[in-house]
Amino acid sequence: MSKMHVKMNVNGAEVEGLAEPRTLLIHFLREQLSLTGPHIGCETSHCGACTVDLNGKSVKSCTVFVAQSNGAEVTTIEGIANADGTLHALQEAFREHHGLQCGFCTPGMITRAYRLLQENPNPSEEEIRYGISGNLCRCTGYQNIVKAIRAAADELNATREAAQ
Amino acid sequence: MIPGSFEYHRPESVDGAIALLNEHGDEARLLAGGHSLIPMMKLRMAVPSHIVDLQAIDSLHGISEDGGELVIGALTTQHEVLISDLLARKCPIIPEAAALIADPQVRYCGTIGGNVANGDPGNDMPAIMQALGARFRAVGPNGSRDIAARDYYEAAYFTELEENEVLTQIRIPTPAAGHGAAYEKQKRKIGDYATAAAAVILTVESGRCTSASIALTNVASTPLYAEAAAGALVGTDLGADAVDTAVRLAEEITEPTSDGRGPADFRTHVAGIMVRRAIARAQKNAG
Repeated sequence: MSKMHVKMNVNGAEVEGLAEPRTLLIHFLREQLSLTGPHIGCETSHCGACTVDLNGKSVKSCTVFVAQSNGAEVTTIEGIANADGTLHALQEAFREHHGLQCGFCTPGMITRAYRLLQENPNPSEEEIRYGISGNLCRCTGYQNIVKAIRAAADELNATREAAQ
Repeated sequence: MIPGSFEYHRPESVDGAIALLNEHGDEARLLAGGHSLIPMMKLRMAVPSHIVDLQAIDSLHGISEDGGELVIGALTTQHEVLISDLLARKCPIIPEAAALIADPQVRYCGTIGGNVANGDPGNDMPAIMQALGARFRAVGPNGSRDIAARDYYEAAYFTELEENEVLTQIRIPTPAAGHGAAYEKQKRKIGDYATAAAAVILTVESGRCTSASIALTNVASTPLYAEAAAGALVGTDLGADAVDTAVRLAEEITEPTSDGRGPADFRTHVAGIMVRRAIARAQKNAG
């Protein structure tokens, strides 16, 4: 089957490439754009390791055809850090609160938490747990992940207030 | 886990989508959120050679009220349903059920049209729509027709929708103000399909049930509209005898399979419990 010309904005940069329409977005990101932050865990839309931000929504990029995301805006974990290269508050909080052990789920966790905090800047513990229910972690028992997201919310809110 | 090859189409109108379906027949499949179809394609249980992506058809999006009906565009996502003020006020059982579907990432993509259209007996919205008396608007080459949710499902993945039709809208008679509704879903873990689930909608006046409808999820190859069970509640004060009768009549129509969610008789038993809990909560919500 012939390849199609694909264009999208990834982490703020316009990118293009040739791909078969059936190519899954995760494969396009990892293999053609060398963005290996988003991971392939289950490849069945259960684990959330491949989570990226697509047009302002968290999606599992193993369950999106590259053809569907033609023309879209995509943010991966590689695009989460601050413009000056320092870590995003979520990344800092995951480090500070031991929100990871093996780290495999972490790019998906942080990318998902990024969107969660955009929609709900002050989530309760219950809202955080519900909000990350599409992301599985087999190491931490989630305790420190939830703490990290809560701490990042406080940090981001404090920064926002200071700026006003 | 690589799907078969296909040619990709992104029409900008319903007519454009229908033209593609007409041209390619059973080699074409419609793609909405893709969270049922893409997993099926990865398993090669579906191998369409043409994919007709509906995302660019603006008229398929949105939630509104039209006369006495709530109208939900087929491409409205479960996330949009979940945060809809209109549905929260007029028909809260729909957002309540959406919150129990899968997980946030899936709800951002998965659409209500796809959920009702594809005939997966595990999906939650079909039973809700049967309980609400919804109709599905199907548009094809010869114009549009409405199919009652209660008549739409033939068997697992077999529905009344023709190969060259697009399900464009879900039209729900706005439930009476003060109605009580509840959806009770037993599942093994968050995001799972139901072991069994029940939707109950009631109106109650001066302590007496004046109307009732009940429908069941994932305890047969189609959703089940439990007409006799609901009938056992109407005219009663929803006391223990009436509820016991309704539960028994609902259990009688179930035909679950034994699978990872439990043996068949267990799932029938769970369906009865879900009906009992949903009646109690719907009664509490009424008024």
